[in-house]
Amino acid sequence: MGSIGRFSRLAFGAWALLLLLVAAAPAPSSAQQVNPTASSVKEQQLLQELNRIQGRVSIPDQRSGVLEQPAGRDWREFRNVTLRWVGGIAILGVLAVLVIFYLSRGMVRLESGRSGRSIVRFTTFERFVHWMTATCFIILALSGLNITFGRPLLLPLIGFEAFSEWSQWAKYAHNYLSFPFTIGVVLIFLMWIAGNIPNKVDIDWIKRGGGLVGHDHPPAYRFNAGQKAIYWIVVIGGGLVAATGYELMFPFYVTGIEGMQTAQIVHSIVAVLFVAAMLAHIYIGTIGMEGAFEAMGSGTVDVNWAREHHTLWLEEEMARTRPNDAQPQPATAAE
Amino acid sequence: MARMKFLCDADRCIECNACVTACKNEHEVPWGINRRRVVTINDGKPGERSISMACMHCTDAPCAAVCPVNCFYTTADGVVLHSKDLCIGCGYCFYACPFGAPQYPKVGNFGSRGKMDKCTFCAGGPEADGSKEEYDKYGANRLAEGKLPLCAEMCSTKSLLAGDGEIIAQIYKERVMKRGYGSGAWGWKTAYRETIES
Repeated sequence: MGSIGRFSRLAFGAWALLLLLVAAAPAPSSAQQVNPTASSVKEQQLLQELNRIQGRVSIPDQRSGVLEQPAGRDWREFRNVTLRWVGGIAILGVLAVLVIFYLSRGMVRLESGRSGRSIVRFTTFERFVHWMTATCFIILALSGLNITFGRPLLLPLIGFEAFSEWSQWAKYAHNYLSFPFTIGVVLIFLMWIAGNIPNKVDIDWIKRGGGLVGHDHPPAYRFNAGQKAIYWIVVIGGGLVAATGYELMFPFYVTGIEGMQTAQIVHSIVAVLFVAAMLAHIYIGTIGMEGAFEAMGSGTVDVNWAREHHTLWLEEEMARTRPNDAQPQPATAAE
Repeated sequence: MARMKFLCDADRCIECNACVTACKNEHEVPWGINRRRVVTINDGKPGERSISMACMHCTDAPCAAVCPVNCFYTTADGVVLHSKDLCIGCGYCFYACPFGAPQYPKVGNFGSRGKMDKCTFCAGGPEADGSKEEYDKYGANRLAEGKLPLCAEMCSTKSLLAGDGEIIAQIYKERVMKRGYGSGAWGWKTAYRETIES
């Protein structure tokens, strides 16, 4: 039995060796078979090299030469997950902080009461520019947030048709109001740049918490460090959303699809942070501080408000306009 | 139910553009819009390949996922369709699509792309099958008539296959076995997260 087993193993081994040799040696009969794909382009290889596959098309639309761009998947992840988290946390976070602040600190009161005398803070033109930009901003913000949050939040409430109709008009508004908004940002940049260059006073203002915590009133010129921050957020943030927004509005004029994905990422991230910052701006300009709204409302503020919040500016104005009439009290009296 | 797919056998495509023409004619696609196009890679160089590409009707379609108004839906045959009544022309599906399928009638026009248009796998849209409204918006509904997409039907080299994914994969596999080579099912991994072993 043992010898038969050994023999069969030997025979099997010999056969296996023979088969291996036949397979390894190129058989002369089938040598003419060619493999046309040996040098051909390979999909996975191209994707690994560039993460996109591009070629030539014979139709007029040359942009359709991009055959595959799996980068769209990353953009999808950003648009559906990352952006919703960043936007949600930023906007709800600022709202929560404002509510907590309002409940604990309340409205920042005019400590010395109203003097009954007012001083011009913003001219009609300045207020017009502010409110034009602000109106556009609110509509742009709502229509923009609708694109990101409308599908999970609003669509289930009002249904497909109504939501689509609203979104269509929101999109038109978003596109067309971008023009007056951009003009507003440019005008804001030009007309308030002089008062918004950071200086030494700002460092002291920031160190003293801007007077928001406690009842301090750190001195400030026309714009304090907080207002300067808002100014630069508007100018830089507005500039970024405008530039990237136009890139998306006019597809393929500036960049191809990868550029549009990047533009949408920059546009939406800057926009949600912009909205969050503006919530704080709206808060402090309305219910957050007594006497603040009238600066942009009627254009004039109470002299005591100016003395408490913008001492150095008031001194400048007093010295410049009516040096004999006003007889400004020393700043210490108001403190 | 079948799971409809496209498969372009790049080793047979001769870039004749018959699929492009067939599609444009069958659906009376407006000027400037191409639901299907043929892309040639390494044009004129060794290893050149041409691939006919349209909407691949992806599994877990990215366009449907990113659409702000949720205008996409997948039919029982796995065909990804959309409603032009709901579409607001924002362009998001185009950013997400791996295959550049979504097309806009007014690309580049002042702030308005118009309603998105794309390959329907010759399956029309949400309107009643074969109705005039459906034809005007989405083109012919051949699937409802029991026919397969015209691009693949017209393909002169039978490079472009359209139909149930398992059947066309089987046809492709047999081809590869018989001729001994194949450069794979282009776009399948991206669209369906699977590829055909050859």
